[in-house]
Amino acid sequence: MLERFREDLGEPDRKELAEGPAYRFELDRRDWISSIGAGLLVSATGKVVFSPGGASAQVRPSQRLHLGEDGSITVLTGKVEFGQGSRTEILQAAAEELRVSPDALQVMLADTAETPNDGSTAGSRTTPSTIPVVRRASAAARELLVRTAAEAWNLDASELRVEAGAVVRAGNRFSYADLARSKGPASTVDDSVPRGVPLREIRDWTVLGQAMPKVGAREIVTGAHRFPSDIGRPNMLYGAVLRPPSYGAQLESIDLAPGRESGAVAVRDGEFVGCAAKTSYEARKALEAISETAKWRTVAHPPSEGLGPYLKRNARPSGGGRRGARRRESGGVDGALAAAQRVEASYEIPYVQHAPLEPRAAVAEWDEGRLTVWTGTQRPFGVREQLAEAFRLSADQARVVVPDTGGGFGGKHTGEVAIEAARLARAAGRPVSLHWTRAEEFAWAYFRPAAAFEVRAGLSGEKIVAWDFTAYNPGTAAIETPYAVPNVRTQYLPCDSPLREGSYRGIGATGNNFAREVFMDELAGAAGLDPLEFRLANLDDERLSAVLQAAADRFAWSTDKPRERNRGSGIAAGFEKGSYIAICAQVRVEGGSVQVERLVSAFECGAILNPRNLRAQIEGCVIQGLGPALSEEIRFAGGMLLNGSFARYPLPRFRSTPPMETLLLNRPDIPSAGAGETPIIAVAPALANAVFAATGQRMRSLPLRPRAA
Amino acid sequence: MARFTVQVNGNRLAVESPPDRPLLDVLREDFGLTGTKYGCGEGQCRACTVLVDGQPTASCLTPISSVDGTSVTTIEGLAPGDQLTALQQAFIDMDGAQCGYCTAGMIVEATALLKRNRKPSRSEIVDAMNPHLCRCCGYRNILASVELGARASEASDA
Repeated sequence: MLERFREDLGEPDRKELAEGPAYRFELDRRDWISSIGAGLLVSATGKVVFSPGGASAQVRPSQRLHLGEDGSITVLTGKVEFGQGSRTEILQAAAEELRVSPDALQVMLADTAETPNDGSTAGSRTTPSTIPVVRRASAAARELLVRTAAEAWNLDASELRVEAGAVVRAGNRFSYADLARSKGPASTVDDSVPRGVPLREIRDWTVLGQAMPKVGAREIVTGAHRFPSDIGRPNMLYGAVLRPPSYGAQLESIDLAPGRESGAVAVRDGEFVGCAAKTSYEARKALEAISETAKWRTVAHPPSEGLGPYLKRNARPSGGGRRGARRRESGGVDGALAAAQRVEASYEIPYVQHAPLEPRAAVAEWDEGRLTVWTGTQRPFGVREQLAEAFRLSADQARVVVPDTGGGFGGKHTGEVAIEAARLARAAGRPVSLHWTRAEEFAWAYFRPAAAFEVRAGLSGEKIVAWDFTAYNPGTAAIETPYAVPNVRTQYLPCDSPLREGSYRGIGATGNNFAREVFMDELAGAAGLDPLEFRLANLDDERLSAVLQAAADRFAWSTDKPRERNRGSGIAAGFEKGSYIAICAQVRVEGGSVQVERLVSAFECGAILNPRNLRAQIEGCVIQGLGPALSEEIRFAGGMLLNGSFARYPLPRFRSTPPMETLLLNRPDIPSAGAGETPIIAVAPALANAVFAATGQRMRSLPLRPRAA
Repeated sequence: MARFTVQVNGNRLAVESPPDRPLLDVLREDFGLTGTKYGCGEGQCRACTVLVDGQPTASCLTPISSVDGTSVTTIEGLAPGDQLTALQQAFIDMDGAQCGYCTAGMIVEATALLKRNRKPSRSEIVDAMNPHLCRCCGYRNILASVELGARASEASDA
């Protein structure tokens, strides 16, 4: 059973957004000035290359670490920091293996001209993929330091150790800066470090595993940090882009003159229309003037009403491939179902939005045919490709820099704002800053997929003997049951989606685990067992059992609690991307509204890298999960959103934050997995199950809307 | 276009602007004070909060004409020079920021709260801060930051 979902670990959810650039434009070098100074570049495989610094510093993708002659140490990765703590944990990883104080290091993230391509920052992959690579590169540099010192002093390397960034012996000191200088400015060093450089054992960690505060917090609290929206360039203009009045509408004609009369730059290129001016106010006014002249051809678009049946009617069962349908079966499901006590149910979830607090933003600057864009994207190299394709550039003519950004949650994988800013900058002949409005972010970003589910199971006593799970459109994450069932059929069917869909925290796991964990409660009821007992009776995964038991113990989960009117407790668990969550919730239901009175979460993701950051991630993820559970639902009709604003789309706030406890189960014997996504998958089912306990109403769709008594 | 004068973080600044242009845009685009953030443009997230004559104000909904002659304080102006206020330090100490995009608005709001109420209760803090959205949902750490900031401010005043 475990083998089956292990293979899913590295696989992206089939609902990850994969699109070309947003526009097809009708369009017609110089080396990057590297900000990296002279010194040594060290790759994860231990290859060391001398970097003379400056314009000729060609950074290769494998180069992970730069040791400056000035004593600076810079870790290079293509990952981004969106609030999840990647910058801090990457710094801890390097400091641990280099044996230096974290204060002595810097981390350079996500600049396609300077850092290696680490793919997208998604799928909770920074912890299991990037952290080990950074550790290996750092350990290689440490070994090189020791070996070079040993040669210089004519000693055996095994006699030397690195402490506080230097080898010290008999009054002599040899630091990383000395190492960088020792390789000489003219030579290209191609030292190979022995393979299998040892990483520090988890039990010996002194920097990793510690509660380190967020790197860069001072710049945040003073307002000094420049988010993508805050980047300024000399002679920069501000942009605004025309949006269709409804999904699928085509522009038939438009007159740019009213925009140009005000002195703004106005450009049309195919479906793209935008303005740029000295202030965003002027750009918006110019765009408004133009938009009044626009003629559109609209198309029919289905409404959110009746979305579940719509998805089922528009399912695509055939056509496999990486993004297509998937069906897996083991054992004989139909036979086992026929012989067992059968239970079945259907579930639905709507579209929801990430709504990161910083809407999409980009600053684009052209310089002699070369393009630099500062933007908040989780896929810097993917967006560089999109820019290159949209403007017919080679990869080295386009550069994407991602400043630490104001939230993403899976919602910023795309590069449309970067392309739009670049098109405006090209028309203006000056840098352009483009910020999407909140209304644009709601309507024209993308959504966590809506989905429907049909689930059947067969019971024999307290055991599940057959499991038949059909998921329409959620994605494939966590689609396989983590419970021990001998006969299992799992089907994933993508559907024609009325709205643009893409990644999200946990993506498919949010819906798949909601349907499964509510259904587990229904099965427990059919088996006449307590929901916790029933789950434990059907589990042979000790890690999932452990989080369930830990949450239940702290919550004081009990089968013989006196039943109180309108108050009840629910439990749910889940496994995804190498980490485990269980949540116990107590709710009070009054007049159809659900008040969360208490939440206890237990979480385990292997060895904990930074308990402070981990706790913040879990708590934030769980509270964020209260939104889709209780209030969030994108509604649309006539090709437009009906609730695309913060006033109409209620999100968790201070007042919705319940009393909560978060248990971190540390497993230093297990490699670390990511933590930013999995906690969300148990929130909605735990609350749905609690509402059932409180009211007897089974909740099979989100957000939870119990009938008023 | 008209000329407006505002005392911003102690400096008298003038701007030629249409009267209905938002204060937020003037701060960010004309005065280079990008610490104040746009989140929604409708006063629903309060990322754009600044102090206008000491009162927390959604700068996205505030036309520049309405603040002519007033005194505006932004996140950049809370502490002199390289110093931090006790509240800013508390946001560092209690992990009050994840992505940090809401943080300026949160700190400016809490600064005003502590000015009018030196010892706010947990529920008074929640009431004052509730209009502010944090999409990382770090609400518990933000509350802890404001509580620590209140204790530290009081200690330093004593």
